Amino acid sequence: MNFRIIGALTLRYLFLYTRSWVRGVEVVFWPMMDLLVWGYLTRFLQQGGAANFATPITFLIGAMIFWDVLFRSQQAVAISFLEDIWTRNLLNVFAAPIRITEFLGATFVVGFIRVIVTVLILAVLASSMYSFNLLTFQLTLLPFFANLLIFGWALGMISTALITRWGQAAEGLAWAVPFLIQPVSAVFYPVSVLPYWLQKLAWVFPSTHVFEGMRDVLANKGVPWDRLVWSFGLNLIYLAIAGAFFYFMLTMAREKGLLTKLGTQ
Amino acid sequence: MSEAVIEVRELSKTFNGTVAVDRLSFDVRRGEILGLLGANGAGKTTAMHLVLGLIRPTSGTVRIFGKDLLKHRIEILQRTNFSSAYANLPTNLRVWQNLYVFSKIYGVNGHREKVDRLLQMFEISHLKKSVTGQLSSGEATRLNLCKALLNDPELLMLDEPTASLDPDIADKVRKLLRSIQREKGMTVLYTSHNMRDVEEVCDRIIFVAKGRKITEGTPREVTEKFQQKSLEDVFIRIARSGDLLAEGEKERE
Repeated sequence: MNFRIIGALTLRYLFLYTRSWVRGVEVVFWPMMDLLVWGYLTRFLQQGGAANFATPITFLIGAMIFWDVLFRSQQAVAISFLEDIWTRNLLNVFAAPIRITEFLGATFVVGFIRVIVTVLILAVLASSMYSFNLLTFQLTLLPFFANLLIFGWALGMISTALITRWGQAAEGLAWAVPFLIQPVSAVFYPVSVLPYWLQKLAWVFPSTHVFEGMRDVLANKGVPWDRLVWSFGLNLIYLAIAGAFFYFMLTMAREKGLLTKLGTQ
Repeated sequence: MSEAVIEVRELSKTFNGTVAVDRLSFDVRRGEILGLLGANGAGKTTAMHLVLGLIRPTSGTVRIFGKDLLKHRIEILQRTNFSSAYANLPTNLRVWQNLYVFSKIYGVNGHREKVDRLLQMFEISHLKKSVTGQLSSGEATRLNLCKALLNDPELLMLDEPTASLDPDIADKVRKLLRSIQREKGMTVLYTSHNMRDVEEVCDRIIFVAKGRKITEGTPREVTEKFQQKSLEDVFIRIARSGDLLAEGEKERE
């Protein structure tokens, strides 16, 4: 793996943000809107009479910020690939001495940068508007963030693989894939709320362990190490499966000539 | 005879039962410009994509710089570059940003000077800070060529490089490409519909139809073989004949 190439490709994606302020705004606009909606909803519920709503409001805003880590990370991988399709640059990229690992590595770095920027902005806003201070949890939330970032990369690879195989017709998947797992990831409610059979399915996703663990941390119950170990272990499996799936689809795209079609359509 | 930079042997590609390239074999020798010619859908662009490794062959082999393409693709692409009328550089970046990114990808030393020199050569220095999407198609084509020459490639693949250029710029670009190629001893695989391009630029040509080689030789040899006044007449005669392959077989006899 050549880090110079990963740096160059990362720069290519970052240049897009210097070129257009609209893109910069897009990074913070949707998360901000989510924060406003969820923040005011929880405030309304709080005013509605729940005696002790301090913990639920923390859960909801925390969950919203955490969900954005997963979503932005997945988006960065899928959208970076789509950018090359939209601008008909795909042939130039695949005719250059770029390994698949370098290409994916660059999209992971872009995802990481996007997540950092989004979380920082959301943390500041949540603190000033809803007195939700992420810093009070110090570093205990970091491993959970990292796990969501990694799971987002895996989902991003799966989305990209599907786009590689089915072209721009599958573009909607770039946006939809994370939402397919959102209901069973127990983002805004505990796993115990789900029907029994769905609970079994929910634990298959690293995100479920992260959101359950996050609620423990936010409720000051300490760090649930078992949740962290499970999410990390599952992430390794998902990364391997997503990587193999992407490689398989890319090979198939090369065999069927889909890569050149995607690059010139 | 100089060594072969590209060795294509019995290369075939079938898409869902449709034969795009059919047992194609040819060599491109070091320092030579080989033109792949043919009508739309003849298989020349598919053949170039196979040689670039963008498409996997159904059968046959491609060796470049003496190495198997499938096994040494990255190593080969480091010494190669490519420009196509059908592939753009990212339209949402500035000209200098695109060239900067690709010079980093190819590991070009002294990239600033290199970029300035290439932009000047192709007479688009004044567009260095322009957004790529705002360039005319002729300017964008010249920018693609700048990118293709960034790493001083030993092997250059050009897919219809003058397709959207006006006659004046096309003439300048042809002369420039020829002069750079001679100066650097570059090997070039070239596809074009423009027979004037081919006559002026290519040392040798291969006519392809239905994915198969019809004939090969220098532009003059091919014109004489078909007893036509120009390569364009040969092209038209082959394209309009009912059975292109039969024409090729007859010519081969």
